[in-house]
Amino acid sequence: MGEKMPREEAGRLAGSEPVAIHTPTAFLEVRDLKIHFPTDDGLVKSVDGLSFKLERGRTLGIVGESGSGKSVTSLGILGLHNKRNSKVSGEIWLDGTELVGAAPEQVRRLRGRNMAMIFQDPLSSMHPFYTVGAQIIEAYRIHNDVSKSVARKHAIDMLGRVGIPTPDKRVDDYPHQFSGGMRQRAMIAMALSCDPELLIADEPTTALDVTVQAQILDLLRDLQQEFNSAIIMITHDLGVVAELSDDILVMYGGRCVEQAPVEDAFHNPLHPYTWGLLGSMPRLDRERSERLLPIKGTPPSLINLPSGCAFHPRCSYEGLTEGRGTTEVPELRELRPGHRAACHLSLERRREIWNDEIKPKL
Amino acid sequence: MTSTDIAAAGQPLLEVADLRKHFPVHAGLLRRQVAAVKAVDGVTFSVNKGETLGLVGESGCGKTTTGRMIMRLLEPSSGSIRFEGQDITKLSQAKMRPLRRDIQMIFHDPYSSLNPRKTVGSIVGAPFRLQSVATENGVKKAVQELLELVGLNPEHYNRYPHEFSGGQRQRIGIARTLALKPKLIVADEPVSALDVSIQAQVVNLLEDLQNELGLTYVVIAHDLSVVRHISDRVAVMYLGRIVEIADQADIYLRPMHPYTNALLSAVPIPDPSVRKGRERIRLSGDVPSPLNPPPACHFHTRCWKAQAICKEVQPPLAELAPGHEVACHFPENLPVGASGASGGTVDVTKN
Repeated sequence: MGEKMPREEAGRLAGSEPVAIHTPTAFLEVRDLKIHFPTDDGLVKSVDGLSFKLERGRTLGIVGESGSGKSVTSLGILGLHNKRNSKVSGEIWLDGTELVGAAPEQVRRLRGRNMAMIFQDPLSSMHPFYTVGAQIIEAYRIHNDVSKSVARKHAIDMLGRVGIPTPDKRVDDYPHQFSGGMRQRAMIAMALSCDPELLIADEPTTALDVTVQAQILDLLRDLQQEFNSAIIMITHDLGVVAELSDDILVMYGGRCVEQAPVEDAFHNPLHPYTWGLLGSMPRLDRERSERLLPIKGTPPSLINLPSGCAFHPRCSYEGLTEGRGTTEVPELRELRPGHRAACHLSLERRREIWNDEIKPKL
Repeated sequence: MTSTDIAAAGQPLLEVADLRKHFPVHAGLLRRQVAAVKAVDGVTFSVNKGETLGLVGESGCGKTTTGRMIMRLLEPSSGSIRFEGQDITKLSQAKMRPLRRDIQMIFHDPYSSLNPRKTVGSIVGAPFRLQSVATENGVKKAVQELLELVGLNPEHYNRYPHEFSGGQRQRIGIARTLALKPKLIVADEPVSALDVSIQAQVVNLLEDLQNELGLTYVVIAHDLSVVRHISDRVAVMYLGRIVEIADQADIYLRPMHPYTNALLSAVPIPDPSVRKGRERIRLSGDVPSPLNPPPACHFHTRCWKAQAICKEVQPPLAELAPGHEVACHFPENLPVGASGASGGTVDVTKN
């Protein structure tokens, strides 16, 4: 954490308006990212002021419910939002290059080569009309000036690396000839074909069965050690995050509510929403509980976010904030090294509630 | 009414015996049947009154097909389904209709299972009209009571499904299911389409309703932790067959079938401190196609304990511990003195 100083200095120099004189200290640094969509019903603030850092060889798990802005964030990093119907602001620094203000041509050169994505549903994200091999070869040849036969050899090599049996034969199969787990492996092979330094996996195992999910998670873990890439793992499954991530970022209503090293996040979470998520899950590693502890209510509309803390209508401890919950947006503050949370309750109060009320019931 | 109650007291509410569903595959000019997908291939279980049976397995294991056959939405190829002692396998549509009050279903997808052009009142009220059930204070009152029962605002009577969130829609579906006070509810993946925090709400609701109304559930799900939470007994299916069936506590503490062991060890545990120390069983490959399942024990192609016998003899589902049935030649966690199906432990040394 010694590298924190220059960043804060830069932030102070830049003042409230982020200007590009800031120098990034991490491999990937997202600062105050905002992605808004103007619609007929109003402005949808899908991501509203998100900041995080990620180093090479590390995995960041982004958790949240549907509509919390996880996927919009990942598409934003890859520059995949249509400029005509979205407004993106803030900064995304990838290895010293700023992406939000960069020319589309420049982002396109980085996309696929330096950063790649694994999508949730491999059946709909692969073209049914082309063979799996052709699709990997295409991706590889866009970024590398090689002949078709060299690219084909590379595709076979990649398919073998992700555990497809007899890759020299399967390379000529169409996506529908692959099973769900194999399609996801092929998708990973495609994403890794140019050795990207940043890999974004958006719910990579949600469509898969548990035994296949376990295989894919193992594969991602092994490949990360081999390639030393940075991984952003987007999921709603806290179990997957606990298995794979080094750090965790919990999103709610387009904002980050808690960010922490994974051990901290599970053993000493400091945000009522994180408590709620942990209480909602039936767990195999504990005695069977009598009742689950759900969060009341439903996730908010992003057009009309609740005032103050967006979580306050669903929070059981809102009454303890002396009304600040409804009026004031809580600041994301660092409470322990690397552990930040946005909540009005005092740290002591939260520790008390977690230790006395929540933890014993999990 | 009382006569059936007395009859039901002594026996299970639902009994399924050797149930099979084979979907024919046609090919060629004459559309001859060339093969069959054995979606469900000899499934036997029973569910007692007030109990919850969980059916778990991976996609393609036949759990949904089993549920649909219990509902008589699919015609079984063979086998029998008995409800309250009465064989309903071959009942005609007309004779089945009065029974539909007693057997209801909760569907997986709260988006496609509600008609977008009907109001909530008309959706939840439909069962009363279809079955011409008289309600004391009119259908509207009855519907509003149901909405309140499942935790929705009764004033939402005139709203349309698109005005509700996923969790609320699932509650609407549950209200419709409960309208005619069914005895048995088949719930097919009731929470898998919902967000975690909403999942917990619906799971709690299902449990409350069971306690309040004395319901019997068959819950079909792929999420082992949800099934464990909600079920009294759990049946694990693999390629159309039940490989293990036991009490909830038993099956999670002492899983005997290697497949159950593998399934349990594949579930990610939401605790980062266990990820290093945890012993994992990793299955290789995918579930084989039900069109051409491996012979004898279906699981032998992925099983690390498989021997020659597993490729030749299909292990029967045998009770190896009280209330714990397993179909395996070489089961794990055996109680002292017991042996696997067909005395497997002896065969190992011979082979």
